[in-house]
Amino acid sequence: MIELDGLTKHFGRKVAVDRLSFTVRPGMVTGFLGPNGAGKSTTMRMMLDLDNPTSGTVRIDGRHYRQLDEPLRTIGALLDAKAMHGGRSAYNNLLCLAQANRIPERRVSEVLDIVGLSAVAKKKSKGFSLGMGQRLGIASALLGDPEILMFDEPVNGLDPEGIHWIRTLMKALAQEGRTIFVSSHLMSEMALTADHLIVIGQGRLLADTSMADFIHRNSRSYVRLRTPQREQFLDALSGAGLAAAEAQDGVLEVDGSTTEALGELAAEHRIVLHELSAQRASLEEAFMQMTAGSVEYHAHSADAAPAPPPTGPAAPQWAPRNEGA
Amino acid sequence: MTTPHQQPAAPAASYTSPIPIRRAHLGDALASEWTKIRSVRSTMWTLGVMVLLMTVIGLGLAALVTAVGEPAPTDESVLGLGVFGALTGSICVITLGALTVTSEFGTGMIRTTLTACPSRARVLAAKALVFFVLAFTAALVTVGLVALCQVAMVDGREPTGEEWLLGTVGVSLFVALLGLTSLGVGAVVRHSAGAITIMLGLMLLPLVAGFFMLGSSALQDVSEVLLEYSVPAQLIGVYGEAAGSGPAGWGAVATMLGIAAVALGAGFAAIGARDV
Ligand SMILES: Nc1ncnc2c1ncn2[C@@H]1O[C@H](COP(=O)(O)OP(=O)(O)OP(=O)(O)O)[C@@H](O)[C@H]1O
Ligand SMILES: [Mg+2]
Repeated sequence: MIELDGLTKHFGRKVAVDRLSFTVRPGMVTGFLGPNGAGKSTTMRMMLDLDNPTSGTVRIDGRHYRQLDEPLRTIGALLDAKAMHGGRSAYNNLLCLAQANRIPERRVSEVLDIVGLSAVAKKKSKGFSLGMGQRLGIASALLGDPEILMFDEPVNGLDPEGIHWIRTLMKALAQEGRTIFVSSHLMSEMALTADHLIVIGQGRLLADTSMADFIHRNSRSYVRLRTPQREQFLDALSGAGLAAAEAQDGVLEVDGSTTEALGELAAEHRIVLHELSAQRASLEEAFMQMTAGSVEYHAHSADAAPAPPPTGPAAPQWAPRNEGA
Repeated sequence: MTTPHQQPAAPAASYTSPIPIRRAHLGDALASEWTKIRSVRSTMWTLGVMVLLMTVIGLGLAALVTAVGEPAPTDESVLGLGVFGALTGSICVITLGALTVTSEFGTGMIRTTLTACPSRARVLAAKALVFFVLAFTAALVTVGLVALCQVAMVDGREPTGEEWLLGTVGVSLFVALLGLTSLGVGAVVRHSAGAITIMLGLMLLPLVAGFFMLGSSALQDVSEVLLEYSVPAQLIGVYGEAAGSGPAGWGAVATMLGIAAVALGAGFAAIGARDV
């Protein structure tokens, strides 16, 4: 169990993490979601006592990280796949970690086996591909067989098979009663793995909810249709007590109804339909809406006017602009 | 990827550590740091170059002196020939000392290291200890063997016991302490090139500045202090020939010990306080 209480981190005038309080519980996968620069990695570094919080506390099973006796045997973390010495072999990189916490040497071979790197155990980690580096980082997290595991964007650079593997691994680890905390920018990825969801934007907590709840509340379903007799159809709709939102290219989106009901309504009024389909807004959209106000680094596309960040302590000083991209 | 993939993980389930958890201590950190330092090739290369330079320069000088056949000056011992090798070798030790710490910051390994051992003081102490023992041992063996050869090759006054001790143990201590200073500087600046540059500057600038000031009578005193306390002057001092009123013999080793203590102290303060 990890408990955060009012965790705050300032970098100069920049507030990277802003009064975060939440609890990561055992026995499930907790997804930690936020757009680029939201403060996920900074929060995780503070959990591991690598960055000093400006204020607030983190407790791991009730204790401060520094009070853990042999930390790797309580908590394992993958922060940055490249956080190893490239000139050292994968085996030796893990061995020196194992020795620091009296983990038996045979465990090094075991975890290399688990992540599928046995064949390159004696190779310098410098030559590893992105995915292999990620696997080595996961191996180091598993080394002490800890009850808490923390992964910062573990699927980064993994191929589809690797992504499937890490998903299965995380679920299995959670099933054993461990606490799994995993960050991502991808809602779709989290929907497949996480049981609980914590969303942050610009360092602030935006949501702390179960995955099922989030899906239930945020997956809006609607009917999409096109018709050459637009005005007549809109009249018919309002007659039936329904409203339509107008999307691009003359597409209408109707909430709170079904394809069956709308098809019959059109037939009743002798209106020609060119398209009629049931749609479900993706969780990705829900996530983007939730964080829209706190996204720091917008790509400025030609037609979609960017939402100016309405809140936030200071206007981003160095948001990249790719005009006309 | 070219690796054989294990099938969808039977994860760490079955593993139960045979060893009960207890508080980790310096011994664990030392084992870890020893594995680190011996398992990168650059360590061995740097030490190898040091041994090579000290041997070649030491023996070369001895051969040169013998060939020229000048009558050996009676007042100084043959061991003094070792100073050039030691000075050159110390550059390798400086590099190794800095790299011991900065390579972790450069690669990001430091984060992994500190998650395993959150006591930063313990990590730095273990690094300093392992490095010091390694550098001192390598220097002592090389300096000792080269000195034996030099005494055998060049005929001059037989060194006294005290001279032997200073010319081997004293010099090796001095060089290893210089490396320790570099390690402390590395912990402060966290950057390999930066740390090595600062150390080379520390070694050479006082000498250069001192020579420039020699011309001016106003700066006479400053110039003398700079020259007498510069690292090369002190290293010569270890062999017993003090530059002016500067430290000589064990006094020079003690001065170096003081400098190393200050640098390491700064390193401990920096690594303890800052984010990584
Ligand atoms: N060492 C640092 N010095 C100054 N600012 C920093 C530092 N580390 C992070 N920041 C800033 O803090 C904010 C949060 O960064 P962080 O890396 O935690 O975001 P993130 O959620 O992990 O983003 P991403 O999804 O891109 O990995 C960013 O605006 C970043 O610029
Ligand atoms: Mg990040």
